[in-house]
Amino acid sequence: MRVMIIGATSAIAHETAKCYAQEGAELFLVARSAARLDDISNDLKVRGAKRIETFVLDVNDLERHEEMLDTAITTLDGIDAVLIAHGTLGDQQKCQQSVSETLKEFQTNCLSVISLLTLLANYFEQQRRGCIAVISSVAGDRGRQSNYVYGSSKAAVTAFLQGLRGRLAKSGVAVVTIKPGFVDTPMTAHVKKGLLFASARTVGEGTYKAMKARKEVVYLPSFWRLIMFIVKSIPEPIFKKLSI
Amino acid sequence: MKTIKQPQSWGRYPSVEHTQVETVYWRSELPDIAHDEQSVLPFGYGRSYGDSCLNEGGISIDVSHLRRFISFDEEQGILCCEAGVSLAEVLELAVPRGWFIPVSPGTKFVSVGGAIANDVHGKNHHRAGTFGCHVTRFELLRSNGERLICSPQKNVDLFRATIGGLGLTGIILWAEFQLKPIVNPYIDMEHIRFSSLDEFVQISAEADRKYDYTVSWVDILIGGKELCRGIFMAGNNNASRELAAKKPKKKLSLVVPFDFPSFVLNPLTVRSFNELYYHSQLSKRVHKVVHYEPFFYPLDSIHEWNRMYGKQGFLQYQFVVPFENGFEAMREILGRIRQSGEGSFLTVLKTFGDIKSPGMLSFPRPGLTLALDFAYGGQKTLQLLDDLDKVVRESGGAVYPAKDARMSAESFQAFFPRWQEFVQYVDPHFSSSFWRRVSQESFSKRLVTV
Repeated sequence: MRVMIIGATSAIAHETAKCYAQEGAELFLVARSAARLDDISNDLKVRGAKRIETFVLDVNDLERHEEMLDTAITTLDGIDAVLIAHGTLGDQQKCQQSVSETLKEFQTNCLSVISLLTLLANYFEQQRRGCIAVISSVAGDRGRQSNYVYGSSKAAVTAFLQGLRGRLAKSGVAVVTIKPGFVDTPMTAHVKKGLLFASARTVGEGTYKAMKARKEVVYLPSFWRLIMFIVKSIPEPIFKKLSI
Repeated sequence: MKTIKQPQSWGRYPSVEHTQVETVYWRSELPDIAHDEQSVLPFGYGRSYGDSCLNEGGISIDVSHLRRFISFDEEQGILCCEAGVSLAEVLELAVPRGWFIPVSPGTKFVSVGGAIANDVHGKNHHRAGTFGCHVTRFELLRSNGERLICSPQKNVDLFRATIGGLGLTGIILWAEFQLKPIVNPYIDMEHIRFSSLDEFVQISAEADRKYDYTVSWVDILIGGKELCRGIFMAGNNNASRELAAKKPKKKLSLVVPFDFPSFVLNPLTVRSFNELYYHSQLSKRVHKVVHYEPFFYPLDSIHEWNRMYGKQGFLQYQFVVPFENGFEAMREILGRIRQSGEGSFLTVLKTFGDIKSPGMLSFPRPGLTLALDFAYGGQKTLQLLDDLDKVVRESGGAVYPAKDARMSAESFQAFFPRWQEFVQYVDPHFSSSFWRRVSQESFSKRLVTV
């Protein structure tokens, strides 16, 4: 199994990578910080990964996406599965005051993903097999006043994946949309944790299982499907008055 | 980065406020401790019982996210990992590859850093010493930003001060230690019922020669000249190749969902439990082959069992008394506990061997060690434990800091005569609630003048 993971130093991606390492997979890890990548690759090597290659990349450097993908394909001699896991949880208040903050959120969470997906889709379509998984979010299911910049950037990713899934189904390629709820990770370190918080391990292992089973849309943990069903079914006149 | 959840120790007493929690996520992105306004103390999973992992009014540095493996030499069994890796994670990795942790405390949910800082011991103390005896090196972050590799060859003094140093000498970032080879995850176990302290000593002398792991559950409420009764549990790693492939039965893991009301654990319920447990074993001796989980970690299958003691928390008390003069002290202590009417739900008795730890403040020393817990009942409980301290002190024994929330400076300084040597290695920016109490200058000055 040859797996490429983008945003490999994120807590969820690391947990998914541990599962792949345990089965002796070959991994191509992409992240922004060389030092963090080092820590993660040592860990995965100890856990059983057959081979690990790393690539330092700021995903917002769109021009290097092609180079990165080419390197992955040549060094691993092909890719069987990809997980795109990078993202930022920006400050909604700051975004409201600043166009550049808002666009930056979109750049990282949405445009960089769409750029990667465009390149990956063509590769996998030609290969006629494989699996593309992306960590989107339950926040993309409905825009909420407290978090709509992040939410809408994820909504675009979710819709993009929906369309891509149809296109690649014909070539036998699975497209998996992962929608985690609240996850206890460094990204949410500043948020007070309630009962709804899941561990990165739960979500990371769930992602691995979803990729193995070539699922379509997965809520992690699964109770979020019900929560979001309810959230989505509240009529707009009422929803706009809710301070969520 | 700041989070708001207050660190708590396993005994949930005392409950204190920290001004801040700083979280370390990466070894390449470390906090600038020298510029922190208050003292700091590293914190892992909060499995020490009292206040040695707490820093009231100061900063707690959460190192539990430093939980990555660094390297594993599968030929030699040498594992190197970040300090926040738990022993549970080490076991998960090592057992299928034929290795086991060299020393295992009563719970696997402790961090490697915590195992070193408290120099933990286990059922094989008479054979293997403490955890610190198996540490080959570690990296220590000091508040001046220095990162020092400490080992029995390099920075030896800091190595010895940090093992059992209660997190006061700096932050352990990673550690390397020697694992123990095993053939399979099973234990050949023997349970022997005993009906007096004398019989315990007899069985112990015999079993410590035959078995790597020994420990006893005891009922100390029976009184009389027998002093206690109990079940002696001994084991060795099973060596059958066939068993290596056998999958353990999946056990249900339970959670104590809420704080029990304080009346649940009282002398009567404890007595009934003891009666039932003691008689649950019908014959004198039982042999069995069991998985290592229930043998080493019977309580780990009940998550958050500390909530059984209710909101006010509980106090653990573990002491060691030397073999010579120890029996008189043990007799005295058991008598006082029985008189006090305080019930200890789980009481554990063991002999410590004479393998010396490199740690300056290491707790184990040759003798008899007993661990008990008391629901926190205010002044009454504190007074009892102070009285027990006195008996332990007079016998030349010691009380375990990892489980303490109340010992006096006077007691600590008598239990750990090398504490003044230790002081010079304490990092000036590090402190803990425990340390401020037991290192009180006023007392040490008085000692000099007396």
